[in-house]
Amino acid sequence: MTTLPCLPSRFERPHPLAFAAALAAAAFVISSFVASGLGLEQLARGVPAMGRIVGLMLPPSLDGIDRILWSLFGTFQMAVAGVVLGLALSLPLAVLAADRLSPHPIVRASVRTLIAFFRTVPDLVWALIFVIAVGLGPPAGVLTIMIDTIGFAGRFFAEAMEETDEGSREALSAIGATRTGLIFSSVFPAAMPSFIATSLFCVEKATRSSVVLGLVGAGGIGVELKVAFDLFDYQIASTIILVIFALVVAVEQTGAHLRRRIL
Amino acid sequence: MEIDTLARAEIDGHRADGAVSAPLPPPITSGGAPILRVRGLAKRFGERRVWTGLDLDVRRGEALAIIGANGTGKSTLLRALLRLTEADDGHIDLLDHTVRDLDRRALRRLRARVGFVFQRHNLVGRLSALTNVVHGVQSRASGPRTWLQSLARHEVRAEALACLEAVGLADRAQQKAQSLSGGQSQRVAVARMLMQRPEVIIADEPDASLDPVAGAEVMRLLFRLGRERGATLIFVSHHMDHALRFSDRIIGLRDGRVALDVASTRITLAELGDFFGPDCAGVTEVSS
Repeated sequence: MTTLPCLPSRFERPHPLAFAAALAAAAFVISSFVASGLGLEQLARGVPAMGRIVGLMLPPSLDGIDRILWSLFGTFQMAVAGVVLGLALSLPLAVLAADRLSPHPIVRASVRTLIAFFRTVPDLVWALIFVIAVGLGPPAGVLTIMIDTIGFAGRFFAEAMEETDEGSREALSAIGATRTGLIFSSVFPAAMPSFIATSLFCVEKATRSSVVLGLVGAGGIGVELKVAFDLFDYQIASTIILVIFALVVAVEQTGAHLRRRIL
Repeated sequence: MEIDTLARAEIDGHRADGAVSAPLPPPITSGGAPILRVRGLAKRFGERRVWTGLDLDVRRGEALAIIGANGTGKSTLLRALLRLTEADDGHIDLLDHTVRDLDRRALRRLRARVGFVFQRHNLVGRLSALTNVVHGVQSRASGPRTWLQSLARHEVRAEALACLEAVGLADRAQQKAQSLSGGQSQRVAVARMLMQRPEVIIADEPDASLDPVAGAEVMRLLFRLGRERGATLIFVSHHMDHALRFSDRIIGLRDGRVALDVASTRITLAELGDFFGPDCAGVTEVSS
């Protein structure tokens, strides 16, 4: 009869440095809660107040519903226009940012940095900049969504192109195809499902963000929402919140349906 | 023992499926200057030397099989001919061009004259078989009309369909490449290569990922089309019978050099055994 070797322990003993890092992370999380000042006392005060505001919002008022719906439609149009512009600019930028497609490593690094910059600066900050640049109203919102879309789609388009089958690219290269021919004949068709999925996510994301852009004057239904709160017209505000919710859900459901059909 | 019985009788008498049924035309080697001349080629991957001064000549219209164990640099050699992989040292003269000296545009022009069939078919799966074949026209044209069959000129579409017909797949023209079988996909890759109207056909183990029947079919197709169109055929195969049947000459790579160079009708069992191991049962049966 052979003797079995000893079973290995269930958990590995952590390295002292890893253990210290875990302790530091836990301490940071706790200090974050302390610094934010959120405590049981605040919760005890806030929950009833929240209930009182919700009470003031009900029932939603249908006064001016046609104006609200038009404003919502305008917001969606602003989102669509911004996304289309953003996607159109994302595609060439993504080619320049993609490994093996970019003409030079310096170009690739520069474009990647630019896309990352667009992505990391929050959309409300872009909205404030464009409100100053082009004035109050939807144009500032369209430009904000365009920049936000480039930051999001530029990265995912580039990654989708990098993940396409290298074999078909090499086959076309061996034929003597130009770089443009190779991109349009092999890379774009192969990455198309990912392009479409990303574009649909962009529409969903832009629809959500277009709502809040109005809060800083960049057009859309957010302006109506801000005015309603400023005038303590909570029943109108609840109507606006509900139609926004309906639009976002409709866009998300349509996007999910299209993705299922395409992918 | 010479194995001259195996190759020619088998090929000439063979009737394959579909488009691959015509009797095979004889070789058209000109006997003139080599179409490919390789001198002193060297390549290393890290510490491992693949070739150390490899020399090779191939004449126009010749069918050359390259054999050798894994890691002897057969595929690397084929790729180096078109600079898909760069050699470290040595000269390659292909179709009157010194490959190493070509700039990007000149290299593209040279590649356009050479059809390359890969071990994997390397098609764009989401596109139709016809569009994949239309891509072959990028050897001599560019622009949006070469990207999709729906945008292509009528003559290009017709030629692409004729190429698919030549490989017996005209009825699959509209089918997406990803829905074709391995053998069918490799035949579409051959049709794409034909669309190039190549003077030289290079095939890197086109039979490797296919079942024996489909593999033999693709090799027979390459050999026949090469003969019919006067193209030089250079291929790598680990299938002993394919190397024998579908070539005029066999070279074997070993220790970084050409260790065997013999007409395929004159190769001996002992020589084959050196490269394919002692398991040469198939050949023994046929030759006996």
